Amino acid sequence: MSPRPGFVLEVDRSTPPLLLMNGEGFRMQRMPVGTRVVYPGEALPTLRDPDAAIRHALLNPVNADPLPAQLFAGMKLTIAFDDVSLPLPKMRRPDARQRIIEAVLDFAAEAGVDDVELIAALALHRRMTEAELRHALGDRVYDAFAPRGQLYNHDAEDPDNLAFLGQTDQGEDVEISKRAAESDLLVYVNINLVSMDGGHKSVATGLASYRSLRHHHNVATMQRSRSFMDQHRSELHSANWRMGRLIRDAGVQVFQIETTLNNDTFPEPFSFLQKREWEWKARDRGLYVASSKSLDRLPARARRSIFHSIEAPHDLTGVVAGEVEAVHALTTAKVLEQQAVAVQGQSDVLTMGLPYISPYNVNSIMNPILVACLGLGYLFNMYRGKPLVREGGVLIMSHPTPWEFHPVHHPSYIDFFEQVLADTTDPIEIEKRWEKQYAEDEWYRHLYRTSYAYHGVHPFYMWYWCAHALQHLGAVIIVGGNPAAVRRLGFKPASTFEDAFEMAADVVGRDPSITHLHAPPLLMAEVE
Amino acid sequence: MKALQFQRSIPRFAAARVAGALLPGRGAEVGPLRLTDIDPPGSPGPGWHRVRPLLSGICGSDLATVDAVSSSWFEPIVSFPFVPGHEIVGQLDDGARVVVEPVLACAARDIHPVCDACQVGETQSCEHIAHGHLRPGLQTGYCADTGGGWSVALVAHESQLHPVPDELSDEQAVMVEPAACAIHAANTPTIYPGDTVVVIGAGTIGLGVIAAVHALEPDAHVIATAKYAEQRALATRLGADEVVAPGGLIRAVRRRTGSMMTGNRLASGVGVVFDCVGSADSLAQALAVTRPQGEVVLVGMAGQTTVDLTPLWQREIRLSGAYAYGTEMIDRDGKPYDERRTFDLAFELVARADLGRLVGATYPLDRYREALAHAADAGRRGTVKVAFDLRGERERDRL
Repeated sequence: MSPRPGFVLEVDRSTPPLLLMNGEGFRMQRMPVGTRVVYPGEALPTLRDPDAAIRHALLNPVNADPLPAQLFAGMKLTIAFDDVSLPLPKMRRPDARQRIIEAVLDFAAEAGVDDVELIAALALHRRMTEAELRHALGDRVYDAFAPRGQLYNHDAEDPDNLAFLGQTDQGEDVEISKRAAESDLLVYVNINLVSMDGGHKSVATGLASYRSLRHHHNVATMQRSRSFMDQHRSELHSANWRMGRLIRDAGVQVFQIETTLNNDTFPEPFSFLQKREWEWKARDRGLYVASSKSLDRLPARARRSIFHSIEAPHDLTGVVAGEVEAVHALTTAKVLEQQAVAVQGQSDVLTMGLPYISPYNVNSIMNPILVACLGLGYLFNMYRGKPLVREGGVLIMSHPTPWEFHPVHHPSYIDFFEQVLADTTDPIEIEKRWEKQYAEDEWYRHLYRTSYAYHGVHPFYMWYWCAHALQHLGAVIIVGGNPAAVRRLGFKPASTFEDAFEMAADVVGRDPSITHLHAPPLLMAEVE
Repeated sequence: MKALQFQRSIPRFAAARVAGALLPGRGAEVGPLRLTDIDPPGSPGPGWHRVRPLLSGICGSDLATVDAVSSSWFEPIVSFPFVPGHEIVGQLDDGARVVVEPVLACAARDIHPVCDACQVGETQSCEHIAHGHLRPGLQTGYCADTGGGWSVALVAHESQLHPVPDELSDEQAVMVEPAACAIHAANTPTIYPGDTVVVIGAGTIGLGVIAAVHALEPDAHVIATAKYAEQRALATRLGADEVVAPGGLIRAVRRRTGSMMTGNRLASGVGVVFDCVGSADSLAQALAVTRPQGEVVLVGMAGQTTVDLTPLWQREIRLSGAYAYGTEMIDRDGKPYDERRTFDLAFELVARADLGRLVGATYPLDRYREALAHAADAGRRGTVKVAFDLRGERERDRL
């Protein structure tokens, strides 16, 4: 039986309470009659033989010569790959990156290529740990390359290992990893979880420096991207494409490999999270009750540990290789095949339950800034056409939003929260008055380069990611969040959804239309 | 006359120390402080005047005395029994309002020639605070011969008296003495435009130092620590650019200075730190945020304190005390130094910064236990300065 597509349910009196993710826990919530619930489609079938499919893609690339034809003895080969922010949650081993890189290395070995380096393309994200690299690439690759310094994390602050390639016609500086720029071939291995991933963004962002990134990781770009998930209306996309073409024209030979996953996101005992509530069987109810009761009894640290140990059963639905733009067009279509859900019109209120994880807190703490970014940055922007909520409408999110930060991973986030957001929540003001200080802070730079810290400027980017939503929305309410932390974000705290709907009435009036985004698994709303 | 008097009594000292350790300010209930009826102090000689207090503040050093935790350092420079109270606005017999500058230096003690310090107006460093025709006492409020502000009358030498301008309220005037302490502290180190300074503590002295630094060098960036919401608001209004919780100080200094860290410690820090608390924790914190060759100014009365001084040694940090007031050399826009009495500057600061608003609660002498308990818990109760209000004492008018 083919998987059922995503759809919109209208809540009536017989609709059971909906299951919302609520950080490292769940919430059962009965929604008002008439609420529209947007459900993702069921998981697409995966490739029967992923290794064969990968080999086929490498031998039959789109608008490019087969990989073996581009490999030769004495060449300089660089393999860059997506970092720990993808996929979410992490895949069960073997990770798609491992499968692909092993295949690429096999071809390289056959061609007698000796000079191979592997780079985690993390831009300004934190460095990947050994355990994370081993999980993504496998022990064989790690042990063969890491001890000799041929597998490493990109360093966007290493002036000796960055190459300036020029400026786009819009005056954007393009500066990327020198090793990548000077290689005879740069193979980039992507995991395209959402439609924004991949394409020219892979190299132009993943291997870039702050000097380069600041041209599109800014408020103006985000406010002009409606949404950044829609490449036809995304200024973020356009900027990356200008830069990517400059990289290509500068002579950097990129062999792009993109992969798509199905949305089989949760393993046992959390498989009930994949299902529609009214289709739950007794076993699903039992699993829900058992897991939620057990989680309630655990301290936060233990709950976090359990959730971050989740390895998703999602697997490859496609793999395409070749020229960047041609590859990305095919990949995007595949992503949308899994995620697109048609929705008729906008509503006054949008509700969502935020999960425990975002791209920037893998094996870490979802701090308040990341809560905001996940809701207003990522999930709000999972649309094409129009946002699910009308301009001036209200976004209601469920998350505990603890006033808690990972001191190693997010040091500049702590200061951003204590200093910058205490001063203003206006992204334009923040960018103007504070970004430079944080971006150039030597201590943050040091931690980014030598420890496992996100770059000093990273919390700013998280806030810029919210800029479109902040401009669009009339109010943001967080249900169940730490009130002080929620207020510091500039949002309103509510203890229950019922309270939140009452508060929303002040903005959108009585009897508003409500849409609930039932994610994860992720979906892309095509709003007409 | 009615007065709160502090008597020498070893058992009561011990009781006060125990009670004060359990609950600060509660030394008043069992200790050597008593509300009593005593003879008014006689005039020690020519140039002395009777002062009938209107308001008399409760200072941190008073609380330490009441709870018997003051350092034994003071023993030879006080005389028993004494009437506490050195933050005084009162009236002379002719009705004129005056603020008392309480240091009992050479002039008040009728010592001629005056010591070197008094010669240059540095009365806070007077060598003769235990000599002359008065019994020992570093200040009015610690001397058996002069009386103190926690009573309906005391005597003060003309060198100690400062007339109060009509436009200054009693509440503003009672803040002149602590404001003078703050100005003297703020003027102890050299602060340049653009410098970042830290003020630890947001009680009366801490807030005063913030206001004083802001007045002396408006282009300095002031980071202050404050525990309570009211303190935070006042610190901001008085000129602090950033106000953080005590636990957030290191991070705030790091942000401001861009300092690197060595382990959990700042590799650098700020050039000037005012410790307006004087505890082991505050001093350790001050040392932790001071850059190499910087200066810590100890404004709060420290007493016996255990602190690791390794950073002071390894970073060549200067530790300066700032006690009381005298004469200040004020650098005005590169012009020659302007020599001013600290109290004159304090009158200006009190008026300009409206420090009278720091007086948050007043009590009659009869309710001294409540007053002292309130003062000891002022921050948490949203108060900065607690004072005795003598204006309603009937006996005051009969004297």
